[in-house]
Amino acid sequence: MIELRGLAKSFGANRVLAGIDLDVATGESLVVIGGSGTGKSVLLKCVLGLIEPDAGTIRLDGQDVTHIPRDAFLSRFGMLFQGGALFDSLPVWQNVAFRHLKDRVPRAEARTRAIETLARVGLPARTADLYPAELSGGMQKRAALARAIAADPQVIFFDEPTAGLDPIMAGVINKLIREAVTHLGATAITITHDMTTVRTVADRVGLLHDGLLRWIGPADDLDRSGDPYVEQFIHGRAEGPIAPLR
Amino acid sequence: MIAVSALARLGARILGLLAALGRFAAFTVHALSHALRPPFHGREIALSLLQIGWLSLPVVGLTAIFTGGALALQIYAGGNRFGAEEVVPQIVAIGMVRELGPVLVGLMIAARVTSSIAAEIATMKVTEQIDALVTLSTDPMKYLVLPRLLAATVSVPLLVAVGDVIGILGGWFVSTQTLGFVSTPYLRNTINFLEPLDIVSSLTKGAAFGVLSALMGCWFGLNSGRGAMGVGRATKSAVVAAAVAILAANMALTEAFFSR
Ligand SMILES: Nc1ncnc2c1ncn2[C@@H]1O[C@H](COP(=O)(O)OP(=O)(O)O)[C@@H](O)[C@H]1O
Ligand SMILES: [Mg+2]
Repeated sequence: MIELRGLAKSFGANRVLAGIDLDVATGESLVVIGGSGTGKSVLLKCVLGLIEPDAGTIRLDGQDVTHIPRDAFLSRFGMLFQGGALFDSLPVWQNVAFRHLKDRVPRAEARTRAIETLARVGLPARTADLYPAELSGGMQKRAALARAIAADPQVIFFDEPTAGLDPIMAGVINKLIREAVTHLGATAITITHDMTTVRTVADRVGLLHDGLLRWIGPADDLDRSGDPYVEQFIHGRAEGPIAPLR
Repeated sequence: MIAVSALARLGARILGLLAALGRFAAFTVHALSHALRPPFHGREIALSLLQIGWLSLPVVGLTAIFTGGALALQIYAGGNRFGAEEVVPQIVAIGMVRELGPVLVGLMIAARVTSSIAAEIATMKVTEQIDALVTLSTDPMKYLVLPRLLAATVSVPLLVAVGDVIGILGGWFVSTQTLGFVSTPYLRNTINFLEPLDIVSSLTKGAAFGVLSALMGCWFGLNSGRGAMGVGRATKSAVVAAAVAILAANMALTEAFFSR
């Protein structure tokens, strides 16, 4: 259970988050949509403690995250960064097995498990020994996804998991995220612009605009939200309350 | 009015610089404190030793041999004016070991190692790899900074020792080949003239310059601005800061060791 109250963050004069209130239940899959530059990535980074919010509280299972030891807290999380953020000095399998290697799992076993995880994101075993720079953009994204889910985290954040993937591979990834939530009971927050992802992955959907969660509701209500912001976003209209100039 | 606002700006600049120095000092203490706290990333330390120590040998050797050779020629030419040509082996030895060996190796390390540390860490910052490390429960200070700092502290003094020896040999080569010195007495004069303090000062300088090179690379890398321009700036600032810090530290250490 993740609870955010009044979460605010500005960078200088740029007010990015202006008081976010949000509850995500354990085992729930929340999808956050919103124009680019509205602070979706910043929101996830605040929860992970990578960016220090200016105001507000973040609770995990009722406990203020600033009181939870960092290692214990982070070992429950998996994060797929928007740009992948693979370590380019390490071969792919060591990226995927990073947490296992750190926890002193024997190298051979860590490698086998990494190759299994790579298979789950549709990457063949031969990619294991390549370096990230030798993969295409879409393959890097999937390798990063493999790293995010490798240690079976209880909470997973996906920042634009299908951006840059072909529709078939996007379908594979959407299914994988859905399975992580349904079968493994993980809690997931997914950021996306991809309406297919929204429809496959989401239990609930939130729209971030102007530093606030403008609308939040069950995925099934998305088409009858009656909210002009949501309408504009899901139909991709240039005209509407969301200005194209941001 | 203009004078006042200029003064205010200058004051703000100085305060900013002092604050940055304070943060850098805190960073240094924090980095060093990790040397005492396990776990250690052995593979990273080994890789850094390879990168910073072993792979710097060629550039250090080349720098030293040419410098030693040129030094011998100059001392011979200068000594000639006083009829004191025979001091070449002694002055080459003292010049290389006390000053030129450590300083030139230090500057080459700033060029080769500080730049690559800064660019690598800055790129990692800009591409969120540092954030990724943190989310994988790995402290960048331990995983990135400490290995580089340890490797530089251990290997730069050794590189300086190698540079000293090769520089002396460069001088010996030029002296025996073109200046008419005889090999065995030349080497005997060199060895007899050097004192333990010369060697201790040389290695101490090496260790200090190693620490400075690694710290500057890591500090500017971790504080890089965003984008390719941020990486470029971080790298440039790191090399400049390391070079200046090395030269300043060199003067302070020379003062400490040799002025009595
Ligand atoms: N580290 C940072 N420093 C300064 N500004 C930042 C930083 N990270 C994000 N921003 C700004 O915050 C805003 C939101 O960014 P982000 O969360 O990445 O958007 P998105 O919704 O597309 O993920 C942008 O205006 C961006 O420029
Ligand atoms: Mg983003």
